[in-house]
Amino acid sequence: MAEPATVSAREERILGIIETARGKRAKFRDERITMAHGAGGKATQSLIEGLFVPAFGGETLSRMSDAGEITVEGSELALTTDSYVVRPLRFPGGSIGDLAVNGTVNDLAVSGARPLALSLSLVLEEGLTAAELRAEVKAIALAAEQAGVEIVTGDTKVVERGHADGMYICTTGLGQRDRRASLSCANVTPGDRILLSGSIGEHGMAIMLARGEFELDAAIESDTASLWPAVNALLDAVGPELRCLRDATRGGVASVLNELARSSSVAMLVREGAIPVHAAVAGAAEILGIDPMYVANEGKLVAFVAADAVDGALAALRAVPGCEQAAEIGEVRTEPPGMVLVETSFGGRRVMDQLVGDPLPRIC
Amino acid sequence: MRFVEEFRDASLGRAVAGEILSLIEPGRHYKVMEVCGGHTHSIYKYGVDDLLPTNVELVHGPGCPVCVIPMGRVDDGIAIANEPGVIFTCFGDMLRVPGSEGSLLEAKAAGADVRMVYSPLDALRIAKQNPDREVVFFAIGFETTAPSTALTLKRARAEGVKNFSCICSHVTIVPPLRALLESPDLRLDGFIGPGHVATVVGARPFEFIPADYGKPVVVAGFEPLDILQSIAMILAQLAEGRCEVENQYKRVVPYEGNPRALDVLAEVFELRPHFEWRGLGFISHSGLKLSEAYAELDAELRFSVPGVRVADPKACQCGEVLKGVIKPWECKVFGTACTPERPIGTCMVSSEGACAAYYNFGRFAREREVV
Repeated sequence: MAEPATVSAREERILGIIETARGKRAKFRDERITMAHGAGGKATQSLIEGLFVPAFGGETLSRMSDAGEITVEGSELALTTDSYVVRPLRFPGGSIGDLAVNGTVNDLAVSGARPLALSLSLVLEEGLTAAELRAEVKAIALAAEQAGVEIVTGDTKVVERGHADGMYICTTGLGQRDRRASLSCANVTPGDRILLSGSIGEHGMAIMLARGEFELDAAIESDTASLWPAVNALLDAVGPELRCLRDATRGGVASVLNELARSSSVAMLVREGAIPVHAAVAGAAEILGIDPMYVANEGKLVAFVAADAVDGALAALRAVPGCEQAAEIGEVRTEPPGMVLVETSFGGRRVMDQLVGDPLPRIC
Repeated sequence: MRFVEEFRDASLGRAVAGEILSLIEPGRHYKVMEVCGGHTHSIYKYGVDDLLPTNVELVHGPGCPVCVIPMGRVDDGIAIANEPGVIFTCFGDMLRVPGSEGSLLEAKAAGADVRMVYSPLDALRIAKQNPDREVVFFAIGFETTAPSTALTLKRARAEGVKNFSCICSHVTIVPPLRALLESPDLRLDGFIGPGHVATVVGARPFEFIPADYGKPVVVAGFEPLDILQSIAMILAQLAEGRCEVENQYKRVVPYEGNPRALDVLAEVFELRPHFEWRGLGFISHSGLKLSEAYAELDAELRFSVPGVRVADPKACQCGEVLKGVIKPWECKVFGTACTPERPIGTCMVSSEGACAAYYNFGRFAREREVV
């Protein structure tokens, strides 16, 4: 029976080669930028790890958290920036202006920083109506007020007709680190529990339907909202037991879990049945052949907490408006490192991989 | 979702899994091929294979219409997409399939007007909205999607839409199955028949599999319970020494298929003498082209396409993987020249292809066996 032993040794060797290749920092080898580089999956990762981080180097950047930390004379600050290029500008549940405030505020919040101030850069397309601009200015002002941040500086550029899809917005956010917790993905350890602050997939699905490319109508509204109230409640209730927070935006909850599993060399086990999904989102996702776990959210966070803090954390979250459906969805494990496993509602297990590119609808 | 959730019931799933366990002969290894990519997707999505005993192995078949398109056809598509004034339309999952010099997604990034559509009718609508542009639809798929292409072409002709044409890469399911079955080194015990294709062609066309090759076929639906039940039905045939075509998907598939859809196919398409499949080579009478009556809507005649055959790289052993002769990792280029980011063969192109799945989840799959 020497044969099977050599065969399995060869298989083992090939698995080893693959693992080494996957563990290596992603290289950026493409000749041109494709839409996949902006989708938040493997192609985006190759751009960040293969081009930006090596070029800009610093220790803070290479941690690749949602916001960079800087210390100024003993004061711990967090800085983050984001661009908003959504089409259409307005969609059920929100608009580009809401996103531009909430998205940046949320990157600060999940870094454990209280949002303080925002900058606002507008790139406007020639021909944009004043009414559309006024509506977005109003949306920005209202969202900033609700999130408790002040817009302290700004810039305006106008580009020729045919560029910028009406308007692009870039915001930079400054926050102050909250001392009630020390959040870092390096804190995530086997045994920790995974919480989700509410139902998933609403923002991405609302946008897809609002584009009118499918002849499909469903009452789905974007979930765009500031996450600071949820973070604040968690910090209050279980601060020291809180390991790490992420907002599940582009690439959805699946991408957040994969990134963390990889960077912390742990495994995640998620129970599909525990994940809250609205019936309308589930229905639309079913028809389009898209998994809601990969669909973007703009007001949902994933929290990693110590096992004994689950009840306290869930109670605190559920008391926050918009987080009533918060749920424990899984746990952190040791094996197999770097992978996210799903226990399906049907009773099987499978691997939930990182996205390779945009989630493209299947035909068959 | 009524009439769907029932087929995803975990307790029913456990019951059928128990039935499967009672049907297997200890020590025997079973290889069952699910022909259709849609089944592969469901198996993956619901973790169906995780509910099977380790000696029942599912082999992913040639029924992913995107993955089987050879490089040369992708190159033809890109050549048309690069023609000035052309709007090139195709299904989303076709965008990433590599040709000899990149994919349609890369052609789009380089300036071609490539648009994703969800149905051929969307492509026709784009043609009507852009009368000064040539709109080309890249038609792919088995008998499942061919009727909708056929109806779109009929409508285009009836409405006199002059700027619409179609590059037809539709394929039929029976010839590649026969090619697989003809192979002397085939190691498969039975087939899960393609339920979607069968809604059009019926269950009858699969009768040759038990009759000529002595393998059971069960035409199956796409919910996890459908698939588990069809595996149990195949194992029951093997245990009882029966060998026939059974229809697990009776709620949708009539034995004779859909005669109206078949009539439309016969009117709009005709068989090509040969068609090339990625990983499987040329297979006679396996591809469709537009019939004489619809020749004016044939993009391959309207535009000049290179039509160059790009050989599958010699080292690629997709054919052997599909036949179940070798495991993905036994292929010479697996994990080195051929990876999910830069796939060579059909089994690596789709994330659910046997090679891509093994590349991504191999370590996990092995752990399952150890447990």
